[in-house]
Amino acid sequence: MEAFTTHTGRAVPLRRSNVDTDQIIPAVWLKQVSRTGFDKGLFSAWREDPGFVLNQPEYDGATILVAGTDFGTGSSREHAVWALQQYGFRVVIAPRFGDIFRNNSTKMGLLPVILPAETVEALQTRAEQDPKAEITVDLAAREVRAGEITAPFEIDDYTRWRLMEGLDDIGLTLRHADDIAAFEADRPGRLPTTA
Amino acid sequence: MGRTLADKVYDAHVVRRAEGEPDLLYIDLHLVHEVTSPQAFDGLRMADRKVRRPDLTIATEDHNVPTTDLLAPIADPVSRTQVETLRKNCAEFGIRLHPMGDAGQGIVHVIGPQLGLTQPGMTVVCGDSHTSTHGAFGALAHGIGTSEVEHVLATQTLPQVKPKMMAVTVNGALPAGVTAKDLILAIIAEIGTGGGQGYIIEYRGEAIRSLSMEGRMTVCNMSIEAGARAGMIAPDESTFEYLKGRPHAPQGAAWDEAVEYWKSLATDEDAVFDKEVVIDASTLTPFVTWGTNPGQGLPLGASVPDPASYGDPVERQAAERALEYMGLTAGTPLRDVEVDTVFVGSCTNGRIEDLRAVADVLKGRRVADGVRMLVVPGSMEVKKKAEEEGLHEVISASGAEWREAGCSMCLAMNPDKLTPGERSASTSNRNFEGRQGPGGRTHLVSPAVAAATAVTGRLAAPADL
Repeated sequence: MEAFTTHTGRAVPLRRSNVDTDQIIPAVWLKQVSRTGFDKGLFSAWREDPGFVLNQPEYDGATILVAGTDFGTGSSREHAVWALQQYGFRVVIAPRFGDIFRNNSTKMGLLPVILPAETVEALQTRAEQDPKAEITVDLAAREVRAGEITAPFEIDDYTRWRLMEGLDDIGLTLRHADDIAAFEADRPGRLPTTA
Repeated sequence: MGRTLADKVYDAHVVRRAEGEPDLLYIDLHLVHEVTSPQAFDGLRMADRKVRRPDLTIATEDHNVPTTDLLAPIADPVSRTQVETLRKNCAEFGIRLHPMGDAGQGIVHVIGPQLGLTQPGMTVVCGDSHTSTHGAFGALAHGIGTSEVEHVLATQTLPQVKPKMMAVTVNGALPAGVTAKDLILAIIAEIGTGGGQGYIIEYRGEAIRSLSMEGRMTVCNMSIEAGARAGMIAPDESTFEYLKGRPHAPQGAAWDEAVEYWKSLATDEDAVFDKEVVIDASTLTPFVTWGTNPGQGLPLGASVPDPASYGDPVERQAAERALEYMGLTAGTPLRDVEVDTVFVGSCTNGRIEDLRAVADVLKGRRVADGVRMLVVPGSMEVKKKAEEEGLHEVISASGAEWREAGCSMCLAMNPDKLTPGERSASTSNRNFEGRQGPGGRTHLVSPAVAAATAVTGRLAAPADL
């Protein structure tokens, strides 16, 4: 995955809570067997509404999505992350995320940033007042900076390191292949197999 | 200090623990379906990796499959390609597959327990958020994304950070006519769609112990709708009775050894949960959703809420938006809400007990004029069992459609879907905007409420008939 250290870009304010992954990428888009082409499906039902925020030309080229609480709830579809990334987003900021979505994001290098609801609201207001205003998301410093706003965010050391190095989990895990083999050797024989 | 059920299962699967790193957790069973796996298999091929344990992996075709004619090729070429891709991948990597038309085919979360592959104390994952279903057996089971699917295929492990533990204790007995589905909808309304975030929920208490395994699966299935990583119920005699004699359950001395171990998994009396929620089962009534997330639910006897009644501006705005999408007016009694379609099925309520509940209500009655009712068994085996019991005749005689097994209208990836503005009462798990088809409006209900609703054409409980 692409390494993430710091990113500066413009923001899209998405003033909705409980944006589930069915909204981010409706099921009809999940039939593809490749990893590409999901940008067209991003919020495809909502994008049919000309008033939807992503249809406003002033937000073209924005790379940071600032959303309401419980973003990415529901289905485990990683396609939601692919769609956001392929559309051009590098960061999603929200007060709280769906667990699986957040996991999927960190596997792919899309940075989910949790900030207090008031800070998220302030960032949304700022992006509405000045769509050209930039936000800096600094993973090294664990900090979001936007004009007057400086907001620290939490992320565990390991995930931060993996994102900053752009490391793929499978390669990391396979360094412990001996541990896996040792564990397997001790598994009780009564456990089922699918054979 | 004592340990919880989840602690015990989690701890028994730690392959490696190191300071400052996530634990590496061994996975006992990996369930695979056509939608979230193709990119994972591609990843394996690109890195020249194998599936480490094909013997701990099983695949089925469920999300895309049509529920009408099993012998005809899938009409939608994109769906067909996805299913064919799964077949090719399973053949190439040596994974057991239950394809469309196979007697073992069905929804991934129905076939695992049905085969006896899901057992207490195991770790189970699948590229599907409703993997939490398997927690009904005292397994630690959760949904994963495609990157993690690839990771499990390649390593049979997952890096994990241990979640916090939440107890949801349901005291007392469920009143007659109140089912596992009503209970879980009430629980989600209580703790909210994000309330379980970061937790594994253990469901406890008299009302949970009294549930059948089917009912427990319904409860654990929807843990994800409360934001939880997983839901679990300690194994007991009901669990053992369900498992005994199933194709992959242990036999002979191994069975006795297994049962002894399974009994040791229950949460210790002195274990401490990070959070506790207590619910009184005796106060519950049939429960339905009115909005566009599973936490927006109310007792069937209530009315559509007034958004202005919410103190929290986020909830108020969400309610306003939900009413607009759902085409509902605040103050309308929920029993007055008319539906166009009734869907019975899904990994939440597509098991034999659910179909029996539906047939009980439909017996000697007719689906209301103008209402379409689909009954979709969760697996071909559930279908066979239902037909042996004659349930299909009752269901067909009522005017409902008796279909083949699959996910069907739960997520509308196959031809079963709502049209824009169409309203359903559905035994599935998600009432998200467009979930059952673009513009469709979904009310989540129990199988009994679904059947009664089909008869009256308005949201109703069997007691209303």
